[in-house]
Amino acid sequence: MAVIIKMENIIKSFPGVLANNNITLEIEEGEILCLLGENGAGKSTLMNILYGLYCHDQGNIYIKGEKVEFSGPGDAIDRGIGMVHQHFMLVPVFTVLENLILGSELVKGLSLDLLRSKKELEEISSRYGMEMNLDAYVRDISVGMQQRVEILKLLYRGADIMIFDEPTAILTPQEINELYKIMESLRKKGKTIIFITHKLKEVMEISDRVVVLRDGKVIEAVETKTTNVKELAQMMVGREVLFKTEKPDTKTGREILHVDNIYALNKRRLPALKGLSLNVSAGEVVGVAGIDGNGQTELVEVLTGLRKIGSGSILIDGINMENRKSGEFLDAGTAHIPEDRLLRGLILDFPLYENLILGYEDKKPFAKGIFLDFNAARDWAKKLIDKFDIRTAGVNVNAGTLSGGNQQKAVIARELQRNPKILIASQPTRGLDVGAIEFVHEKIMDAKKDNRAILLVSLELSEIMNLSDRILVIYEGKIIAEFKGGEVTEAEIGLMMAGGHR
Amino acid sequence: MNKNSLYNIFIENDSVFAFVKAFLAVLSAFILVYFILLVTGYRPLPVYSALFQGAFGSRRGFGETLLSTTPLLFSGLGFALAYRCGLFNIGLEGQITMGGIAAAFFGFIIPEINPFIHVLICISAGALAGGMWGFIPGYLKAKFGVHEVISVIMLNHIAFKFAAYLVSMQGPMKDKIDDMPASPVISESAKIVRIVSRTRLHWGIFLGIVIAVLVWFLLFRLRLGFKIRAVGKNPYAAEAAGISIKKHIIITLSLSGALGGLAGAVEILGVHYRLFAAFSPGYGFDAIAVALLGMVNPIGIIASSFLFGILRSGSVFMQAMYGVNKDMVSVITAIIVFFMGMSIPIGILIKDRIKRKNHGLDV
Ligand SMILES: Nc1ncnc2c1ncn2[C@@H]1O[C@H](COP(=O)(O)OP(=O)(O)OP(=O)(O)O)[C@@H](O)[C@H]1O
Ligand SMILES: [Mg+2]
Repeated sequence: MAVIIKMENIIKSFPGVLANNNITLEIEEGEILCLLGENGAGKSTLMNILYGLYCHDQGNIYIKGEKVEFSGPGDAIDRGIGMVHQHFMLVPVFTVLENLILGSELVKGLSLDLLRSKKELEEISSRYGMEMNLDAYVRDISVGMQQRVEILKLLYRGADIMIFDEPTAILTPQEINELYKIMESLRKKGKTIIFITHKLKEVMEISDRVVVLRDGKVIEAVETKTTNVKELAQMMVGREVLFKTEKPDTKTGREILHVDNIYALNKRRLPALKGLSLNVSAGEVVGVAGIDGNGQTELVEVLTGLRKIGSGSILIDGINMENRKSGEFLDAGTAHIPEDRLLRGLILDFPLYENLILGYEDKKPFAKGIFLDFNAARDWAKKLIDKFDIRTAGVNVNAGTLSGGNQQKAVIARELQRNPKILIASQPTRGLDVGAIEFVHEKIMDAKKDNRAILLVSLELSEIMNLSDRILVIYEGKIIAEFKGGEVTEAEIGLMMAGGHR
Repeated sequence: MNKNSLYNIFIENDSVFAFVKAFLAVLSAFILVYFILLVTGYRPLPVYSALFQGAFGSRRGFGETLLSTTPLLFSGLGFALAYRCGLFNIGLEGQITMGGIAAAFFGFIIPEINPFIHVLICISAGALAGGMWGFIPGYLKAKFGVHEVISVIMLNHIAFKFAAYLVSMQGPMKDKIDDMPASPVISESAKIVRIVSRTRLHWGIFLGIVIAVLVWFLLFRLRLGFKIRAVGKNPYAAEAAGISIKKHIIITLSLSGALGGLAGAVEILGVHYRLFAAFSPGYGFDAIAVALLGMVNPIGIIASSFLFGILRSGSVFMQAMYGVNKDMVSVITAIIVFFMGMSIPIGILIKDRIKRKNHGLDV
């Protein structure tokens, strides 16, 4: 097969970090190439260079043998390169169609030729098996659908080389399967795909070739057929990864979280929680499994004071938390790893040290009368960076410059360090590499050993199975089944997640 | 890393970068207006020289420059504080008006007493009245979700009409002695003392600088400021961290209004000595330009309010000398605001360009 893209000796540095250190990468026409690597290894940076968002310091890029210089994504798009970022860039109040043609409008006189665009788009979407309602508003469609819009946008602009940065991190297993199908059909039509992921099973399933990065360098480039999950993990982190966390045997203590028959609305004011009850005791990990959109988001918000309940009761260590605010939940002993680190977890324009004291600003040693001791904050941040292996150029850089996985680690570090009575963890390992996942799982188990209660909400069934003492299945705003950890198979839980025996 | 090279200083130091950006915005405004003057038949260079001569050329002129700097400094700080919390307080003109009303009232109602105490009472009353005028939109936003821009525009008009009513023919604060639509002159002891003879310059400018430093401390050293900035940058994350969005909206708008109230009080006690209906010639609206040019940083605002003080005081002389309407400086102001708005994307672009090109192997 022909080499369609060659990136040669690419070097890219940011203040204090060498993100890409002499990377050479060849991409063959029509292949699905996986980019694998630890958090902060330089994957997103490399792809942003290829997409023209960043300019490399040194090195050359060739497309079909011809040397190119991009001064922005526009040039890359003209050359047939498209990228779907992990965070979608869609306008929520526009329809799918409007989003799709934004920036490449067909104009007829003074008006847009919507009809022609629509026909064209319908044709493209059915060709690739991506049927969708072009007239729906983006704010009303699921994350999986939004991703399709992004993919369609690339196709509409004539992309032949498509870059996906962690496309599966925010998808449900069902949506992931559909994405695979789309990727397959794209490949069949001759498109080239570069795919960044941390999920090794996905790599094995979908890719033709794998390139592993570490510390900004290429460690390995292998045919997928010739390798396996264990080996890939080893290449990535440079040591063996176990994939199974030791579950400590702790006695469960008194009940910490008691939730009884709660009702709550979602942000569109429709019922989301409909009589949900659960409890978590000290030293216990309770996993909540379910298909996305069955009330998990609202459950977590309700348990952290970010959403009001209509009726029912929430007790934390015996204290009635009815109508309490988020600050009072923190004071009562909760910690919260939010599902969306960019929305609830971090302030991207704040330096890392300020992010690491969010929610601590009224506590010692940071609070000194009405003042905040920023030196204490910096020291604290340095400690957390060490302890949680957050890869960053320092404590003063803005959280927004950290790689996705390292942002997640920062949130986890801050929340675990609260020494909570109950930890509410939602998608705690989203975007983390296998090594970091193992590390975070260990930390959660340490918390369990320390007799903390843990409520784990995750779309990753394997994560839930791996860590939980008890597994609850949430369906349409209610807990419809409960299993003991280790006494149930993924298939059984899967069946319940779909609504049980019907 | 090569710390000494110019571009490194330029790029890595945000405040240096901010300064360069602001400087370029001002420079471009002057260049553009240069051509506007040319096209409209003036000789730009003499006009500009008259502008600066008016502002610096004489003791009196320089006094006037600092005199207009003072209310701009207070109100610029007020706008910046709200802006840091993600709020757009275009209600400063109304807050200035309310502050002026309160200061004037206590200025003439209290007879001669200890001047320090009298000024303190009047200034506090002004801050309180302005703060009240900030609290209301804050409360409306926190409780009912009313956008602050809507409510402060209405409150502006209420304040203007209220002041006009107070000093109208039948108004309760109308001076009974002369025919002016104005309040009685305040007591001698309520007047802020002038600093330099043969100028109208008074101590208010120093109060302004002290307050600027205090606002800086509030924003960057105090717990409250940290929370205000957190709410401004990402209210969702702030809320998750237990910081009450509503509470901080109310506090910040109240403080912002209080700064406007201070501007009004100092203007009445230091310059006019009595209340007129429209005693503030738009300081509350210029505050937006002042704050943005000062990069919504209190220290930057000291500098930017001075620049706008120059424009305001110099424009009078400019008009007298060359017949250029003094509103030409509003054009300069508008262009500066425009470029500061533009400079965010442009700044990122330039910064990125230089970063992309120059950040080589020196890591
Ligand atoms: N805009 C930026 N400014 C400064 N440093 C940056 C910037 N973008 C990335 N970096 C740094 O470059 C390094 C590589 O980051 P990159 O985002 O490429 O990692 P990644 O491999 O995508 O990691 P992850 O799996 O966590 O997403 C990191 O150390 C990061 O802190
Ligand atoms: Mg990344």
